[in-house]
Amino acid sequence: MEKFDKLTAVVMPLDRSNVDTDAIIPKQYLKSVKRTGFGPTLFDDWRYLDPGEPGMDHSQRRVNPDFVLNDPRYQGARILLARKNFGCGSSREHAVWALTDYGFRVVIAPSFADIFFGNSFKNGLLPVVLDEAIIDRLFEAVQAHPGYTLTVDLEDQVITTPSGESFPFEVEPFRRHCLLNGLDDIGLTLQHADEIRAYESRRRAEAPWLFDAGPRA
Amino acid sequence: MTGKTLYDKLWDAHVVRREEDGTALLYIDRHLVHEVTSPQAFEGLRLAGRKPWRTDTVVAVPDHNVPTRDRDQGVTDPVARTQLETLQENVNTFGITFFPMSDVRQGIVHVIGPEQGATLPGMTVVCGDSHTSTHGAFGALSMGIGTSEVEHVLATQCLLQKKMKNMRVSVDGPVGPGVTAKDIVLAIIGRIGTAGGTGCAIEFAGEAIRDLSMEGRMTVCNMAIEAGARAGMVAVDDTTIDYVKDRPFAPKGEDWERAVAAWRELHSDADAVFDHEVHIDAADIVPQVTWGTSPEMVVPVTDRVPDPAAAGDPVKARGMERALEYMGLQAGMPVTDIRLDKVFIGSCTNARLEDLRAAARVVEGRRVAEHIKLAMVVPGSGLVKQQAEREGLDRIFREAGFEWRDPGCSMCLAMNADRLEPGERCASTSNRNFEGRQGLGGRTHLVSPAMAAAAAVAGHFVDVRAL
Repeated sequence: MEKFDKLTAVVMPLDRSNVDTDAIIPKQYLKSVKRTGFGPTLFDDWRYLDPGEPGMDHSQRRVNPDFVLNDPRYQGARILLARKNFGCGSSREHAVWALTDYGFRVVIAPSFADIFFGNSFKNGLLPVVLDEAIIDRLFEAVQAHPGYTLTVDLEDQVITTPSGESFPFEVEPFRRHCLLNGLDDIGLTLQHADEIRAYESRRRAEAPWLFDAGPRA
Repeated sequence: MTGKTLYDKLWDAHVVRREEDGTALLYIDRHLVHEVTSPQAFEGLRLAGRKPWRTDTVVAVPDHNVPTRDRDQGVTDPVARTQLETLQENVNTFGITFFPMSDVRQGIVHVIGPEQGATLPGMTVVCGDSHTSTHGAFGALSMGIGTSEVEHVLATQCLLQKKMKNMRVSVDGPVGPGVTAKDIVLAIIGRIGTAGGTGCAIEFAGEAIRDLSMEGRMTVCNMAIEAGARAGMVAVDDTTIDYVKDRPFAPKGEDWERAVAAWRELHSDADAVFDHEVHIDAADIVPQVTWGTSPEMVVPVTDRVPDPAAAGDPVKARGMERALEYMGLQAGMPVTDIRLDKVFIGSCTNARLEDLRAAARVVEGRRVAEHIKLAMVVPGSGLVKQQAEREGLDRIFREAGFEWRDPGCSMCLAMNADRLEPGERCASTSNRNFEGRQGLGGRTHLVSPAMAAAAAVAGHFVDVRAL
């Protein structure tokens, strides 16, 4: 996993609540068996005026000039500013893969859906929760200042504006540690293989029906 | 010391170890796998030279991408076919229990798990699909996970997770006639909102929940995720145990007796304390219809499409205006004036036998309205389909003008050929009315099977209680 420590980047505002993962990456692209290549179809239904299918040359499609992602002032954005309950709906991790493949490393919102939130940390995408009042001010600032940037510092858990104002945020220590160091959490868990086996032998004694758990004669 | 909630009990029984910040390694008893969210996980295992920890916990089935007709012609979409073949290769390589498209046990992963007894009370159940919350109906801790977590569970049999909060939604008293599990859960989502259960495990309780069959409880738990909760659950009782008994994966003999004794403890203690409690009077619930592009945008069928001007909050009002525009509806119009193009009876929410029976009762002796372009029934599994045919339900649907299809996720998410065209409006028994969910530009209204059947016959929404 690509590690994350500190980033200063252009912010793109997405002024809608309840942005679901179907909107982030529509179903037809979920037929892929890969983790990469989802960036050109991020927000596909909103971003293009013509319908998209896997395998198309998306650079030849008609873009929707009214959608924020196509606004020249937000080109190169790596921080997404969003509204509440971002990433709700389907568990598809392809939504996170689409955001990171496009170039986003941070999503800032007043709240996230649980599965999306967890998926983000597994892929080097940092979801930051800030108060709704601060989010409102950031939306105003982004709209007022072309090229508006923020600095997101995971080590110190603080977001800093160009004028030097700072907003602290919190990340669970274990997730922060993994993200700062780009750690593979399967490797970490397998360091505790003995504890998993010890749990299994305890559990087998009290609930044997949970083991050899295929179809039974 | 205060008592434990059902969720506390399930959690405590599965913690392998805890990190300093409370992050736990949670042991997983059942891992359901389908073709869409697993290929990258299996590939990850292979690239790292890892093997699945316990293949006996894994059950795999294709459902999202499978065609629902002309199966003898195979899968014609080459991209979908590659994904289905990839699942077949992965289960062969690793020796995983698999129900291919040709097997009568194939179906929607959340229908076949309980049907086979692969979902048991007291288990932790995961699947790379958000509607895994369905299995909580059995007094299990079941959660949807992402593909990285699928790989983590395959490799370690564990999930890294922090404990969620405890929320209880009690639906007090009995529901009235014609009000179903789907109406109950839509009314709950309408009340608490699509983020109302975020960060929580929801226990559904109260007389109206206890009165439900296991199939009804599955419908309610299925949509816990639409209220923001990764896990929904219902306490174990005789209804649960009677359902599980003698299913192929269920314990037998002495194991069965021991298991039942343990399962009897799977309820919240009387003095358990919840972080959030919600009470809903069942008598207030009438058949529900969603009008917008989020499941919380829901009203009784007897009501009108709401007015954004009355929303108060400007962000919410903008969302409502946007939804009305997308849905092509006017604020204030009666719900029963909404005219439909297609009807879909299916999905992991409502494609079990009782759902099909309820819809068939409404349809019997009637005809689908002339202007309905397509009305389809997609059974949740091959076994559901087989039993429905034994009962003659297929004949009732066909004679009324419905298409009778093969099992799969179908038009719930429209990954296969079953979909809405731009602007088409559908009465659907599925779980999500998001923009484009059933096809680009498609308009989805979520309802119960009986309400969908009634809408098919009338051509617009009607109160099924008046039929």
